Amino acid sequence: MTLVSTTTRPRRRVPEALRSPLTVVGVVVAAGWLLVVVLGPLLQPADPLAQSPDRLAPLSAAHWFGTDSLGRDVLSRVIAGARISIPLSLLLVALSASVGSLLGAVAGLLGGVVDEVVMRLADLVLAFPTIILAMVVAAALGPSLTNAVIAMLVVTWPQYARVTRSLVLGARDREFVVAGRLLGIGWFTSLRRDVVPNVAGPVFALTTLDFGNAILLLSGLSFLGLGTVPPTPEWGLMVSDGVQNFTAWWVAAFPGLAICSIVLAFNFIGDALRDALDPRMQKAVGSRAL
Amino acid sequence: MAGELVFDEVTVRYGRPGRPTVTAVDRASFRVRPGEVVGLVGESGCGKSTLAKLACGLVPAAGGRATFDGTPITPYGLRKRPAQLLRLQMVFQNPYASLNPRRRVAAQLQDARAIHPATAPSVDDLLRSVGLDPALRTRYPHQFSGGQRQRIAIARAMATGPDLLIGDEPIASLDASLQAQVATLMRDVALASDTSLLFISHDLSVVRLIADRVVVMQAGRVVEEGPTEQVWSAPQEAYTQRLLAAIPLADGLGTIPDVAPA
Repeated sequence: MTLVSTTTRPRRRVPEALRSPLTVVGVVVAAGWLLVVVLGPLLQPADPLAQSPDRLAPLSAAHWFGTDSLGRDVLSRVIAGARISIPLSLLLVALSASVGSLLGAVAGLLGGVVDEVVMRLADLVLAFPTIILAMVVAAALGPSLTNAVIAMLVVTWPQYARVTRSLVLGARDREFVVAGRLLGIGWFTSLRRDVVPNVAGPVFALTTLDFGNAILLLSGLSFLGLGTVPPTPEWGLMVSDGVQNFTAWWVAAFPGLAICSIVLAFNFIGDALRDALDPRMQKAVGSRAL
Repeated sequence: MAGELVFDEVTVRYGRPGRPTVTAVDRASFRVRPGEVVGLVGESGCGKSTLAKLACGLVPAAGGRATFDGTPITPYGLRKRPAQLLRLQMVFQNPYASLNPRRRVAAQLQDARAIHPATAPSVDDLLRSVGLDPALRTRYPHQFSGGQRQRIAIARAMATGPDLLIGDEPIASLDASLQAQVATLMRDVALASDTSLLFISHDLSVVRLIADRVVVMQAGRVVEEGPTEQVWSAPQEAYTQRLLAAIPLADGLGTIPDVAPA
């Protein structure tokens, strides 16, 4: 009976879509990490940069996650790393998704020369292995965190541009877009009102998937000395460090788990949001009652 | 009274890379007079929809001239459609594709009302005029049936205060039991607000029901034109005679109509 009443008010069903177990797990994990990012220094049992003679010590009451090759507390470093890796990756994904989708949408809508220029630039970037091109750009600009973000932006926008362009091309000639233009609106209003809302879902899903790539790319650049620099407790750097000490599994495992958990959490949330933002997905719930 | 659409010897060609161009409309001339309901009939591919697209500025004319109340119609491309031409609106063939799936019905009707906000009927009145309950205004298009969506599309077109409404096969994707109903509705709402109607269809029996005048097209050309009953009772062209003979008759005897050869 409740289903019948909600069919007239679709807005009510958004929380329903967000109520699946995986989504709850995702939200809880992401909220936990957000808390870690905010409270960071208060949660660290030790100084993440303080070295000690107690090298590669296994898990113990004093060091819950053990210590790394310089005797630093891994738990403290994982907590400190959250404040670097998470905001930076979010920033990067937000930037490349905005720049990439805007360029892709404009290319798809305007076509012609604009389309050619934007897409050939994208091809140019995609022709190189991501990490190598990012290295080249970062090296040319000089090693710093800002330059690392710029370098990553340069290599990540084309995938958004390509996906958005193809979606816009598909949506551009659909009848409701044409019908909108017949009402006398300009192309930008048409893009905003009719095209973007109908292509945003897949792009949104891509950003959540890309979040993991962003963390890995950042780690890769850091590993090569072009992003964050040791002894900064960045997760990627910590994993690279741990790989060299194979027997002390905890050095790489805990930052690795941290990356894994936040990436999964974002994927779960992304899936749920994509479904919740699409009114047609609600039909699957409502149609049973109809 | 306004709402006169004139096609004067218009030609439309589609260019295809690596293949010869197709002449979809070949020096076609006819007019829709103010307040008139004109049925445009012909088999698939004869150029009916291309004429509708031309009238809406979606395709360019390779020759001749199309005007709406004296304003020449040219493709608007990426610009906004000229204000004088906004009084010409279209109802599309596919009701499942002609409404934005992500916006509520009321919002989409509001977009159309925005052209003449002072004189446009309210959203509730628009829904009532096409036989829908105003309480449905907050729903999304997917919550409606095909026939209901086509009613909403008609309401959206009427919300702009049009002088001419073009229906491009507006009933072709509807259930047979709804076709006559929606076609009649379209005629009624158009006439109620002094709007001319150009009704494009390959369904001659429905056109006969609603049109004052009929224009018959074949292979891009206008082959016959005249008052509906006259065309029906005394078709002059051989092609029109074949078209009329091809209307299926439900006599229960399994009679298959003669198919008009292309």
